[in-house]
Amino acid sequence: MNRESVEVVVIGAGAAGMAAATRMAGLGLQVVLLDEQGSPGGQIYRGITLAPLSRRDLLGPDYAHGNQLAQALASSSVRYEKGASVWQVTREHQVSYLREGRLYTLDAKAVLLATGAMERPFPITGWTLPGVMSAGAAQILLKSAGLAPSEPVVLVGCGPLLYLLGWQYLRAGVTIKALVDTTRPEDYWRARRHLFAALRAWPYLRKGLELMRSLRSAGIAHYTGAEQLAVEGGEAAQALTFSASGKAQRIDTRCVLLHQGVVPNIQFSQALRARHEWDLDQLCFRPVTDAWGELDVPDVFVAGDGAGIGGAQAAAVQGQLAALGIAARLKSIGTAERDDQARPLRVQLEANLRIRPFLDALYQPKEQNRIPADEVMVCRCEEVTAGELRSFVALGCAGPNQAKSFGRCGMGPCQGRMCGLTVTEIIAKARGVSAAEVGYYRIRPPIKPITLGELAGE
Amino acid sequence: MSESSNRQADVLVIGGGIHGLSTALYLAQAGVKVTVLEAEYCGRHASGVNAGGVRTLGRHVAEIPLALSSRDLWHELKHTLGDDGGFVPSGQLKLAESQADLEECRLRIEQLQALGFCHEVLVDQQQVFDTVPTVSRHVTGGIWVKDDGYAVPFKTVTAFRLAAQKRGVRIHENTPAQRIEQTGTRWRVSTPAGHFSAEHLVVTAGAWAGGLAAQIGEPVPVHPEGLMLMVTHRVAPFCVPVLGATSRALSFKQFSNGTVVIGGKLVGSLDFLARHGEVEMERLGSSARTVTDLFPHLRHLGVNRVWAGVEAFTADDLPVIGASRKASNLSYSFGFCGSGFQMGPGTGKRLAQLILGEHSDISLEPFAIDRFNRAASAPPGAFQSASTIAHP
Repeated sequence: MNRESVEVVVIGAGAAGMAAATRMAGLGLQVVLLDEQGSPGGQIYRGITLAPLSRRDLLGPDYAHGNQLAQALASSSVRYEKGASVWQVTREHQVSYLREGRLYTLDAKAVLLATGAMERPFPITGWTLPGVMSAGAAQILLKSAGLAPSEPVVLVGCGPLLYLLGWQYLRAGVTIKALVDTTRPEDYWRARRHLFAALRAWPYLRKGLELMRSLRSAGIAHYTGAEQLAVEGGEAAQALTFSASGKAQRIDTRCVLLHQGVVPNIQFSQALRARHEWDLDQLCFRPVTDAWGELDVPDVFVAGDGAGIGGAQAAAVQGQLAALGIAARLKSIGTAERDDQARPLRVQLEANLRIRPFLDALYQPKEQNRIPADEVMVCRCEEVTAGELRSFVALGCAGPNQAKSFGRCGMGPCQGRMCGLTVTEIIAKARGVSAAEVGYYRIRPPIKPITLGELAGE
Repeated sequence: MSESSNRQADVLVIGGGIHGLSTALYLAQAGVKVTVLEAEYCGRHASGVNAGGVRTLGRHVAEIPLALSSRDLWHELKHTLGDDGGFVPSGQLKLAESQADLEECRLRIEQLQALGFCHEVLVDQQQVFDTVPTVSRHVTGGIWVKDDGYAVPFKTVTAFRLAAQKRGVRIHENTPAQRIEQTGTRWRVSTPAGHFSAEHLVVTAGAWAGGLAAQIGEPVPVHPEGLMLMVTHRVAPFCVPVLGATSRALSFKQFSNGTVVIGGKLVGSLDFLARHGEVEMERLGSSARTVTDLFPHLRHLGVNRVWAGVEAFTADDLPVIGASRKASNLSYSFGFCGSGFQMGPGTGKRLAQLILGEHSDISLEPFAIDRFNRAASAPPGAFQSASTIAHP
């Protein structure tokens, strides 16, 4: 095993990780940036340095913004390690990763987790059928390989990523059969109190409106306020059924793309046993940090969507704030200098986050799509339904970790990534307590896949 | 201050692991009113997160009678609990990997036969290959126990818990015992949720039991450790029995769902205050190497989860089971040194008999809490270290 000591390890080369690593290197710190992917960019700017110009054009101007971050990183002294899959981070700052089948361990003075977001599960009847995918997964195929569905698709749910994918598909010539939107008129009403702040983030808002307008002008069937969503099919998806405006609808389709927002990827912060809180607006857990992104685990910081969803631009600023926090902690700069340099960043961050309350209110996922009916599969790996989970609660199961004892819920290959939030919310509702009280799965390594042979160092 | 009636019982059990719950179950079957206080939730630590081995193989000779009686109860579990806890009588096989290993196995069998135990059987290389066709060809033979097997720990603990509750046992989770004291004829246990009281107190609190025993002036040389395990993704069936090794740390089994659980008393690191065991990757690496040496085809199998459970280890590798020597109406069962899961049913039943004043042929004398003081003045070797002969 290869082991060495470094000053700072940053995990994840998305917006937050790239910006943080570059800034720290500029402050004279020795930084190793570990990235699972083959090139910088993370999810939002996936493959930015590799994508052919035609694909960049197809994906839109925002995607190209990532190029600036990637270029700054490339011209910095940061040691960028691609294909580095981090499977463990300890409270003592030991970072273990796998690269080309070999094990490496870095002992760092400080660690920055910049592992971004993951898609919220969308547990509805039939969501496990072949032909049903998440919109985020479909977008990864488009970004990394230029792959798009050959079948006409139905986009289902809500949130910026769903509309962006629709817009990108239109430009890529994919047939979109319908946009089945779960957003209801009263959601606009609920979000309206945040509209003034959102208007101050006009470019962002305008971008969203343009996306929607182009989808509409392309003549795509757009249903709003869709409820009672279900995918029909025996061996594979055959149709989407739902009700909209009080009318039952059925759309024949073999490709359903689901999305209802993203949530922080808290695998590492949970495995580190950092304190987390339930975000009442975003309906997810997020780690508790100070103003610099530091967890209650000393010298471990988190920046970007992993600390709460704020989007790519906010993430890049948060990355820089964490960079300043770490630099001051490692005495590379003084606290006065840290605060000076942070001042413009905090102004910028506030501007970047202005749209967020509006989006959170408008696209809050519906309870029926988060806390499903009894027959819906919740834990896909071990095939535990919502009804079974409720029967465990009736027998005294108080939280996700006990749900494992009662019926292997969350013990399969995904280790709860696909069901964690659903399980928390189902148990909370069944017990009549808050999600915060119910808590989350205990997360253990390996956070990323590793084989016995690799672990054995063969 | 008086406790409300639901805080009073005949017997209070501290610790909702397999030992506490099985003791509670057997007491409740005899009509005793039992309350279990659990600091977190039932089966949270050693009982629920161990490797699931149901093993008499390689036991310290002092443990064998109790382990054999427990084995019989495992085979009846479905009948007793209405749920078999995932028990599979797959047999257990300890592999010899060299002539020296095989000689060690032979001596072990001789020793057991001299004591009248015949549950462990010496097998040759061909018998091992017949039992586990996929094992590496360097294996030279081993020891086989046909009636051993494995179970699913959390499923077993949950089965005991539900069966106990069905018989009227009250279980209070998230209720850690803080202070225990005997006033007059009653034991009083203070918890953040108030006081509980009973005539008899049973301490089955695993790694936390030593602290409670010390409260009443009965300190035990016991220390906690975090024992590591890993479980793989699912793989096609290739190994029926549970495997151990003679000269390396290994406990290995493939569950019926295809996952492989790998352990063998691998010590990780421990954050005892946080009640948390952590994995040490270098030691895990050597465990993975043992597995890939024995089964080269598993090299590409993914590790799904690694974890560490918190367990109590005594100075002589034997548990503490039996009555207090300092106070009346107080019993213990803890310090199983990573081998307590199999003992759960038998020890619970035996301890219940002790509390009920029933006769048993199985002596608890080797497990007496005051043996450590006596050992200091006794001739050396009175308690042979289990590690020299035990299946690791």
